[in-house]
Amino acid sequence: MNLWLLAPELSLFFTAVVVLLLGLASSRRGIVIGVSLLGVLVSFVFAAFLWSGTPQATFNGMLSVDQFAVFFKFIVLAALVLVILASADYDYKVEQVRAEYFTLILISAVGLMLLSSARELITIYVSLEMSSISLYVLAGFLRDRRSSEAGLKYLLLGSVASATLLYGMSFVYGLTGKTELGQIASAIQSLSLSGLLDNPALLLGLVLVAGGFGFKISSFPFQMWVPDVYEGAPTPITGYLSVASKAAGFAAVMRIFYDAFGAPSWLGQNWGLLFAGLSIATMTVGNIVATAQANIKRMMAYSSIAQAGYIMVGLAAVSMGQSVAPAARSALAFFLASYTLTNMGAFVAIIAFSNKTNSDLIVDYSGMGRRAPLLALGLTLCLVSLLGLPPTAGLIAKVYIFNAAVQQGLLWLVIVAVLNTVVSAYYYLRVVKLMWLGNPVSEEPVPSSAALRTALFLACAGILLLGIVPDLLVRLSETAGHSLL
Amino acid sequence: MPYQLAWFIWTLPVFAFLAITLVLRPFFNHRPHWSAYATITAIGAAFVLSIWALITVLQSPDHLLAVPRIEWAVIDGFTIHLGLLVDSLTAIMLVVVTGVSLLVQIYSQGYMHGDPGYPRYFAWMALFTANMLGLVMADSLLFMYVFWEGVGLCSYLLIGFWFHKKSAADAAKKAFLVTRLGDFGFLAGILTLYFSQNTFDIEALRTAAAAGAIAGTTLTLAAIGIFAGAAGKSAQFPLHTWLPDAMEGPTPVSSLIHAATMVAAGVFLVARMFPVFAYSETALNVVAGIGAFTAIFAASMGLVANDIKRVMAYSTISQLGYMMLALGAGGLAAYASGGSLPIEEAISLGVAVGMFHLFNHAFFKCLLFLGCGSVNHATGTFDMRYMGGLRKYMPFTTLTFVIASLSLAGIWPLSGFWSKDEILVTSWNYIPVWFYVALVTVFMTAFYCFRAVFLTFSGEYRGGEPGAHVAAHSTPGHEQSHMPHESPRVMLVPMGVLAVLSIVSGWINLSGGFSSFLGHSAESEGGWLQTLFGVFTHPLPFISLATAAAGIFLAFAMYNRKWVSATAVGRAFSPIYKVLYNKYWMDELYQGILVKSFLLNGLFRGAQEMDADVVDGVANGIGNTVVGFGKGMRRMETGQLQGYAVAIAVGLVAIMLGLYFWT
Repeated sequence: MNLWLLAPELSLFFTAVVVLLLGLASSRRGIVIGVSLLGVLVSFVFAAFLWSGTPQATFNGMLSVDQFAVFFKFIVLAALVLVILASADYDYKVEQVRAEYFTLILISAVGLMLLSSARELITIYVSLEMSSISLYVLAGFLRDRRSSEAGLKYLLLGSVASATLLYGMSFVYGLTGKTELGQIASAIQSLSLSGLLDNPALLLGLVLVAGGFGFKISSFPFQMWVPDVYEGAPTPITGYLSVASKAAGFAAVMRIFYDAFGAPSWLGQNWGLLFAGLSIATMTVGNIVATAQANIKRMMAYSSIAQAGYIMVGLAAVSMGQSVAPAARSALAFFLASYTLTNMGAFVAIIAFSNKTNSDLIVDYSGMGRRAPLLALGLTLCLVSLLGLPPTAGLIAKVYIFNAAVQQGLLWLVIVAVLNTVVSAYYYLRVVKLMWLGNPVSEEPVPSSAALRTALFLACAGILLLGIVPDLLVRLSETAGHSLL
Repeated sequence: MPYQLAWFIWTLPVFAFLAITLVLRPFFNHRPHWSAYATITAIGAAFVLSIWALITVLQSPDHLLAVPRIEWAVIDGFTIHLGLLVDSLTAIMLVVVTGVSLLVQIYSQGYMHGDPGYPRYFAWMALFTANMLGLVMADSLLFMYVFWEGVGLCSYLLIGFWFHKKSAADAAKKAFLVTRLGDFGFLAGILTLYFSQNTFDIEALRTAAAAGAIAGTTLTLAAIGIFAGAAGKSAQFPLHTWLPDAMEGPTPVSSLIHAATMVAAGVFLVARMFPVFAYSETALNVVAGIGAFTAIFAASMGLVANDIKRVMAYSTISQLGYMMLALGAGGLAAYASGGSLPIEEAISLGVAVGMFHLFNHAFFKCLLFLGCGSVNHATGTFDMRYMGGLRKYMPFTTLTFVIASLSLAGIWPLSGFWSKDEILVTSWNYIPVWFYVALVTVFMTAFYCFRAVFLTFSGEYRGGEPGAHVAAHSTPGHEQSHMPHESPRVMLVPMGVLAVLSIVSGWINLSGGFSSFLGHSAESEGGWLQTLFGVFTHPLPFISLATAAAGIFLAFAMYNRKWVSATAVGRAFSPIYKVLYNKYWMDELYQGILVKSFLLNGLFRGAQEMDADVVDGVANGIGNTVVGFGKGMRRMETGQLQGYAVAIAVGLVAIMLGLYFWT
């Protein structure tokens, strides 16, 4: 047992406690945000140390500290920096309880970071709940009707999903008598089954666990909460939900399915097929419904569902091919990193616009290119990256993940995904067109705070950097993909 | 010095461009001169580095500057390299491009003085230079194509620099579209080579072509495709129509882009890929034939143009035709000599002769354009009918213009003589038909450029009436009322430097140094002094000199002494005059037949109907279905929690059933 291996989580948790206590004395914005960012920085430094270490399991195999986990910790921390900066300008709405707001964000991040390391069913569940409960509260944080509704919906449906997950885990435990993923894998192999139907408990366990996480990663048909919650929740939290919680969710799904259900090969093929099917349904539903949205937060909600569909292409490629390819795992990590920057960036820009206009309607973005050229430029870059055009990270991410899938013989899946990308151009570029070619509603410029501008700049710089010099992150994600314990 | 420094040659101007657009223009707009300084500094540094590159290449035994390639992205073993190919060809181009560009930027400070778009001008000039340098340094056709389009874009932006003028905007559009036409061919050529050899790497493709790995129709098609791209950029017939119109841009732009560098990129491209051409006799015949025809065809139109810049534009087209002819004739030498000259040597012969003319032409043609700019600066017009007598007011401009004209006409011992002579010799030796065409062109060239000289500088000043071309930059303090005056020193110094170069640049090949640098070892003819005069042991120089002198004399007789009335000649040959004056009605042909009848009323109308009925029908159908479907599905989102929970349950069961039946 080596506590140093938990240093990123522990330091972040400590920060959360400090912020909460500080809140009793003073809830001045600068202090709260400064301390939070400092905590993130410390946690980042610890994580960077772990990156250079050798992959190992700790706490009797409950947690694994490999580069794959650390990579996702980086993603969560990056999202955290952006969400803290994005909240700096937004928190006038939560002035009374500012410290609690940031504490909850930090605690949820601790949960997500643990989730990316967890390799034991109970630990997975506990980490998941640790992040989820904070997020339920955050979604309902604004005391208006929509936010409360969002919080309640998220809580109730999240509980359904938790129950589903637990139910599935209990089947797996019943079948194998183990909770640690590696032991589950060997137990399944010793059963010497020849197909999924040989033992229905395995089928039930597999599908229910997939369903429970399907909620988290907003896969069809578990995605229905997404638009309602995204629309009602405070916008920084929406951004955070759409990236950090999704990224950690994918990390956990990858670890569970790859570690516990990776062998024998027919089992891998089966869940690969499962995710391939869900992927098609998810991206198609996300993209098609997004075309009909009038509210930009709802549009982004469906867009993030569609993006989850693309990421599931990588999930399918992990095990569905003839060989178990690390390329798909690396591609998944890369995509999530790029998606985190891009989606968070887009939400930062949306926050900046709505702070001024108090509206989330897409028509109100008309002529923003003239009212706030830099913000509009930033949002354009993010949308272009989500669509996957050069010179952005989004293009590299898509090429990377689709290439991995094609190599695994999933050409048909990639064709569907590319067709979906074409559909997505409609709603992404509609916003871009409106911003630059539409007539402004008023000539009044849209000001934005330094924190928001910093956040947007960081996100856009990252998007461009990864788009132009992808090799930096490709190397890291390859290491991550190969290291999965 | 580390070889990675070579990267800075083309990235420095990029930094200048970024600095101007991101920092100087937004924040220091009240100090427009800083933009000029940024561009000039960057290009100056690039020039120094180019000299270093040239020296390094000269000293290295295989004439190569080995720059380690950068792995841009490695994804699953699929590696995308970024690399530079700096050989003797590139090194020469680097020095020419950075040198000429530097002089033009310095000159532009005077010419563009007071223009409201001053920083924008220098930003685009820096971007153009960066792209042009990238083009000559790229080690793969793919990256070359990126820069190729980059220079096209900059050319578009700079031709249309005064975009509020309709003629400038139209000219920019025309230039972009016509060159695009050739670029399709280029792209097709690149893809043909790629699918044949599975690589974009230029060196690998050259080797493959030389080893016979690409052969037959594939090779010919690839070569013709590449030549189509080159013909578009170098304004070869029938894609030449954009270049005269491109003169709507600021004159320094015409000088740098449309005379010295970008239009020569086509010639450079053919030289770069010459092994691909040299093994296909058909392709070589196309190159030589189009080149020779363009040379005489464009020169004939230059005979009657009244706009001094257009005369020079036709001259550029014609000279580029010469270069193409040189390449083609050099390559054909292997076939015409009946095998006594190996193809490898024919390749180096063609490249050496063509590039030598490109090298010399860059200096004297750039100077001619800067002279036009200087004249325009003084008179406010480009129309020669309103000039005259400027010799008295602008002695320095007159002197440099005459030097450049003599060089262009090919008068011994100026630079143009040497390279033109080599082209004549090569075509005389191997394809005599084109030799006579080239010789007639020599006469025309001498005539039209001295027609311009006499009309502009001799006689009496005819008022500088703002004629066809209103000086677009009618800056305060430049009223047309007073008499013309010499241009400021910042414009004259670059002209002086170029004038010296126009005289001496040809001398570097007197002992075959230039040719052997490009791999062609001519038979040793002794020292350079011997060659300087010994050239007349052969009868050919006498013929070409006499032809050029006849042209100059005719111009002298018609436009200086007026022994022969130009109008009378025009009336006597009125049908020919009309044909030439109307540029063979090529524009009308394109506009009327191709654009209006064929494209607009034929193809486009058909396509439009097809588009409206079929494609739009399908697209709108799909779009409407998607959006309609989306609206329908949106209704599924009722906000009812129970419904969502039911959906989850139903979904889970459906998935299980799916897996149950599937597996």
